[in-house]
Amino acid sequence: MIRTTSLQFTYQNTKNNTFCFPDINLPAKKDILILGPSGVGKTTLLHLLGGLLPPKAGDVFIADNCLNRLTRRQLDYFRGQHIGLIFQKAHFIKSLTLLENLSLRERFSEKKGDRYRKEELIVHLGLSDLQNKKVYQLSEGQQQRLSIALGVIHKPKVILADEPTSNLDDINCKKVISLLKKEAQICKSNLVIITHDQRVKSHFNKHIIL
Amino acid sequence: MLYLAYKNLISKPLNTLLSTLLLMLSISLVTFVLQIKNQLNQHLENNSKPFDMVIGAKGSPLQLVLSSILHIDNPTGNISLEEATRIAKNPMVRQMIPVSYGDNYKGIRILGTTYEYLAKYKASLQEGRLYKKPFEVVVGNGVAKNNNLQIGDTFVSAHGLAENGLETHHEKPFIITGILKPTRTIVDHLIVTNLESIWEVHEHNDEQHHHEEKHKANHIDEHGNHKDTYGEARQITSLLIEFRNPFGALQMSRFINDKTTMQAALPKFEIERLMRFLGVGFQVVNGISITVLLVAVLSIFISLIKTVRERKQELALLRTYGVRTLQLIKLVFLEALFLSLLGATLGWFLGRISIWLFSIFTEDLYGYHFVFSLPNNKELIVLLVVVLTTLLAAVLASMSLYKLNVSKTISDA
Repeated sequence: MIRTTSLQFTYQNTKNNTFCFPDINLPAKKDILILGPSGVGKTTLLHLLGGLLPPKAGDVFIADNCLNRLTRRQLDYFRGQHIGLIFQKAHFIKSLTLLENLSLRERFSEKKGDRYRKEELIVHLGLSDLQNKKVYQLSEGQQQRLSIALGVIHKPKVILADEPTSNLDDINCKKVISLLKKEAQICKSNLVIITHDQRVKSHFNKHIIL
Repeated sequence: MLYLAYKNLISKPLNTLLSTLLLMLSISLVTFVLQIKNQLNQHLENNSKPFDMVIGAKGSPLQLVLSSILHIDNPTGNISLEEATRIAKNPMVRQMIPVSYGDNYKGIRILGTTYEYLAKYKASLQEGRLYKKPFEVVVGNGVAKNNNLQIGDTFVSAHGLAENGLETHHEKPFIITGILKPTRTIVDHLIVTNLESIWEVHEHNDEQHHHEEKHKANHIDEHGNHKDTYGEARQITSLLIEFRNPFGALQMSRFINDKTTMQAALPKFEIERLMRFLGVGFQVVNGISITVLLVAVLSIFISLIKTVRERKQELALLRTYGVRTLQLIKLVFLEALFLSLLGATLGWFLGRISIWLFSIFTEDLYGYHFVFSLPNNKELIVLLVVVLTTLLAAVLASMSLYKLNVSKTISDA
C-alpha cells in the first residue's frame, strides 16, 4: 500500500522550482502508471517513494510506515527490505557476475528461507545460461532483464520502475511490462512505473499524469 | 562484504598491483635496514664480548680490533710473545690468549692460538679431535661446509692473508683433525691451529726468501712478520686479554700505549666507534626508506580516493539495496586492510629474502652470516604503523561517502 499526502520537493541548486505532486493512494497489490513528459519530476517522485530523497513537505507512507519520519538507519533498512528499484539505466557491481549481483541484492534484504526464489527468477527471466557471466558481458536486453531481477528478487512491498521500456521495441516493451506485472503478482507488491512511453498506458488501469 | 572487497580489488589488478608493490618495496627496505643493523650489532658484540683488550703492534686501534678480533682487516704487525706476556702478567688479568696469523687457505684465515681461544667462543668439536701437533688444524663449521672439507683432508696454505696468493708453502701441508660445531661467531669462519704451526711455516718460508732475495736488506713479508735472524723471540700478532674488572683495561691500556712500543685497544670502545660511523649510513638509508614508505601510503590513499570516485555509482547502488553508509566505509576499509596487509607481509618476506641474499655475499667476504628471524619489536611497530596509516587513509578517502547523493548519482548515468 502506498499513500502520499501533499508531497513537495525542491532541488537546492534550482531556485523557486518546487515540484508539487498529486496525492497517491494505492491499495495493496495494485499497480499504477505515472505518466508525464521529461522534466516534470517523475524520477524525483520515484526517488521520494523509494526513500532516496527526503521530501520538502508532505509524507510518504509505504505499508503504514512514514518514510520521511524514519531515521537514516531505519530508512536504509526499510529500503533494503521492502523497496525494489529498477533504474532507467541499469546499475550493477561490475566486478561481480550476474549470479553474484543477484545474491548480493538478496543478502542485503536479509530474506531467508526462500531458497528457490533466485533460481526461479533466473529461469523466468531467461537468464539461466548467463549466470556466471560478468555483467558487462551481457547485452543491453539481458542487462535490462537483470535489472528487473535485481528489483524484485527480495519480494519487496513496492516495485519502483523508472522508464523500463524507453529503449525497447514494441515486442520487448510488451514482454517487459508483462514480466513486471507477473513479478508484482508473485511478490504481492505494488508496481509503480513512471514513463513517458504512451505504449505502456493501455496495460494499466490506473494512471496519473504529472 | 569481504568477498565484494576482494572482487573489487582483483577487478583492477593494475591499480592494486602498483600500490602493493610500492608498499612492499618500502617495507622490505625498512625491515632490511633494521635487521641488518640489529644483526650486525649483535655479531660485533658476540665476537668482541670475550675480550676486554687487545695488545698488538702500534698502528690504528680500530685496525687492531678489526684484524685480531673480527678477522676482517690486516694486522698492524707483530709483537714479541715474551714481551707482551710480561706486561700482561698482572693480577687484574684473568686470562690472556696469544693469537698469530699465518697464511690463508682460499682466503680463509689460519689462526694460530691456544685451546683457550676456542673455549672463549664456546666452540666445541662436532667431530674429530683438537690439533695436537704443528700442522694439525680444526676448521670452523662454516669453513668445512662451504669448502666441503672433511677430517683427514690436507691442504697447502697460501702466503699472507689474501686469497690467490702467488706463493704457496708447498713444503708441508696442513691436516684437518677436527671440525667445530657452529658457534654463530667468527670462529665458524676460521681455521685454527697452534702457534707453533704458524712459526714453523714462516721460519721455513723466510729462509727460502732470503735465498731468493738476498739483495733486499730488510725484508718484511706480507703479514708484517719481520724476522731477520734465526732464533729470535717468538712473535705473535696480538695478545687478547680478559680482565677481572673493567677498570683494569683502562689502566693497563694507558700504560701500554704510553710506555711500550706496543699498543692496546679496547674492542668495545672501537666497535662502538665503528658503529657510530656506520650509523650515519644507516640513518641515510633509513631516511630514504621511510620517505618511500610515506609515498607508498600516499599512493594507497590516492588510489582509494580514486576508487571511491570511480565507483560512486556502485556505492550509490548499494545504498539503494539498503546498505548503510558506515558499511560502505567498511567496504573501502576492508579493501585498504587487504592491500596493506598483503603489501606488508610480502614486503617483510622480501626483506628477509634480501637479507638471505646479502648474507651469502657477506659470508663469502667477511664470514658474516645473517640469519632468518621473526619480526622484532621495531619491525612490528613499522608494520603496525603502516597498516594503521593505510586504514586511516581509507577512512579519510571514504568520508565523502557521507555526502553521497544517492538519487543524483543514480540518475546521472
